[in-house]
Amino acid sequence: MQSIIKVQGVSKRYRIGTSRASYETLSDALVSGIKAPFKRRPKGQAREGTIWALKDVSFEVKPGEVLGIIGPNGAGKSTLLKLLSRITEPTAGRIELYGRCGSLLEVGTGFHPELTGRENIFLNGAILGMGRREIVRKFDEIVSFADVERFIDTPVKHFSSGMYLRLAFAVAAHLDPEILIVDEVLAVGDARFQRKCLDKMQDVGEHGRTVLFVSHSMPAITRLCPRAILIDHGTMMMDGPAHDVVKSYLEIGVGTSAIREWKDILSSPGNEVARLCAVRILNEQGAISEALDIREPLAIQIEYEVIEGGRVLVPNFSLHNEDGICVFVSSDLNAKWRTTRRPTGRYISTAWISGNFLAEGTFFVGAAVSTMNPVTVHFYERDVVAFRVVDSLEAGTARGDYGGPMPGVVRPVLKWETETIIDTNESARVPAALHEVMR
Amino acid sequence: MTTPASEGLPLNPTATFSLPRPELPTEPLVVVEPAQSWSALSFTEIWMHRELFYFLVWRDLKVRYKQTIIGFSWVVLQPVLMTVVFSIFLGFLVRVPSGGIPYPLLVFSGLLPWTFFSSSLAGAASSLIGNSTLITKVYFPRVLVPAANILGRLVDFSISFSILAILILYFTLVRDYPFQLTRNLLALPVMILLLILLTLALGILVSCLNVRYRDIGLALPVLIQLWMFVSPVVYSASLVPEKWRAIYLLNPLASIIQGFRASLFGTEMPWMGLAATSAFTLGLLFVAALAFRRTEKTFADLI
Repeated sequence: MQSIIKVQGVSKRYRIGTSRASYETLSDALVSGIKAPFKRRPKGQAREGTIWALKDVSFEVKPGEVLGIIGPNGAGKSTLLKLLSRITEPTAGRIELYGRCGSLLEVGTGFHPELTGRENIFLNGAILGMGRREIVRKFDEIVSFADVERFIDTPVKHFSSGMYLRLAFAVAAHLDPEILIVDEVLAVGDARFQRKCLDKMQDVGEHGRTVLFVSHSMPAITRLCPRAILIDHGTMMMDGPAHDVVKSYLEIGVGTSAIREWKDILSSPGNEVARLCAVRILNEQGAISEALDIREPLAIQIEYEVIEGGRVLVPNFSLHNEDGICVFVSSDLNAKWRTTRRPTGRYISTAWISGNFLAEGTFFVGAAVSTMNPVTVHFYERDVVAFRVVDSLEAGTARGDYGGPMPGVVRPVLKWETETIIDTNESARVPAALHEVMR
Repeated sequence: MTTPASEGLPLNPTATFSLPRPELPTEPLVVVEPAQSWSALSFTEIWMHRELFYFLVWRDLKVRYKQTIIGFSWVVLQPVLMTVVFSIFLGFLVRVPSGGIPYPLLVFSGLLPWTFFSSSLAGAASSLIGNSTLITKVYFPRVLVPAANILGRLVDFSISFSILAILILYFTLVRDYPFQLTRNLLALPVMILLLILLTLALGILVSCLNVRYRDIGLALPVLIQLWMFVSPVVYSASLVPEKWRAIYLLNPLASIIQGFRASLFGTEMPWMGLAATSAFTLGLLFVAALAFRRTEKTFADLI
């Protein structure tokens, strides 16, 4: 089958100071720019003060394929998407697109706070490439998807951040070009809406649309994309089934680590009541560990700061495996904390998962602190840390002496009991008299 | 149950479902490559994005009029207040000769094209930077941004123009100014077109330079102020001594403003200056298009 996207030897070089990552040196770049106005430089040669954001990347995508793009921060994923959506041009190489292409590098691009929801739908739609008639036709659907019917004629500056994001994503979700390029936009909104958006995206894929999808959420990648490519330091490291690519990505240790800390409490996840400070995965000895023996217990540790005291707070977490299946959720059941109004301060809550319980594989932790009555989620950060459970094929696991693949999300060592009811060998020695009777 | 024979039929209705997608075009719709040095603006592409252009104009206007307290009337008030101030100081106190035209009419008819020009230039200069979120996140011909900013101001221009008509009516009916429509009026659309083209050319040029060299945004207000005094905005070009007039009218805006007045009040048309201005404007438009095209692909990296 013919490819709908052909990327041939694409490279992108940035001058240091002008790349996206370094806004703060922009003025320096301009000063040097003024000193050397319009100086032409030979193409394709590395110079001092330049970095290759992408180097000689080639791949093809077939129509209807959903391709995941993964890699550590600054690997060049976003640059690749920018090149594909023509926002910036390559230094070398060539990209051919055989279809109408819509890109979603940000939710709510061009939203203006002074304009109403209705006006922003039209503006944002036009920016994303929809015609006016197309927007009119889809208008009601967009509004009901976003669930903002009552506020549609209110300026969006009065919207809650949730409503704002829902509306913005609703417009984007109704885009239907042949090629859809999506960058990490699912990291917004509440969990229920995220689910809705994932479904809508999957919808897009199943209707034969080609989707390129960048995400740091490995569960999202394996769930949505049959195929994935891994980019690191601007070069393509791997191209293959998403499952394999995700696995080797996590194995080379560039993936989500077993510890995540927020230095600045003001920018960490949370609200005015509680904020997340750190999440850690500990082994039995209490050391931070990313790979854990299947036989040993492990701990999930959530450190958080209570800014506004006086509420009963329940720390809890969710655990997803690499297929995106929620293995379980768990919360602190300690009666003391579940009845005490928590004073302000910094807390660490640790949950122990017994050994010989989880299956082999990678698990992703979503950390949360909630108030139960009424239910308020102060923060819920998905996929904050990840860890691998490793089966060393030694004794003492649910494997026994079996060496083959074992399916399942958990792998407990259960108590098995086997009793002999009838020993047929015994029955061979039945007294002759009984044979007599049976005859 | 389907028989093997029916599956082979060319018109088997179930067969259409097994073709999930239409054939892909043989030629790519889009090719992304390093810039092919200097190339002109792609008009087909601009035409394809005409609805976005419309929405950008609409957004600028909507936001401009929403954020101000009295909204709409600022457009009316600004040139009117300026006219009042200049009429008091230059017309009444200094008694600048106005060549038969009542001084308020002279000033207002000068301020009208001038306000369009200066506010457009200032707006266009900051337009790309002001829309950096758009430029770094979506693809569209970037020239739409300064162009929408400039052409949106035609709405303000039209409102002010109707005020000029009211002013002329007032001076004719109440102050006995012998206003007469002349054949020169036929040149008015040409003057307005020339004004728009010159503003577009300069605006586009300034907008793309400002992305790279931010000093332009800082220097521009000063330049605009100076430019106002070398243009016949608050005085008539006939004040300029005859021997300097030809050089004076090389200022493209001087010819346009003078021509604008001549079309309305039947004064002398600066034909030579207008011819030079037209040539200059077309040349500048060409240069601006090339410069913009040349730099637009790096906007996302620079902004």
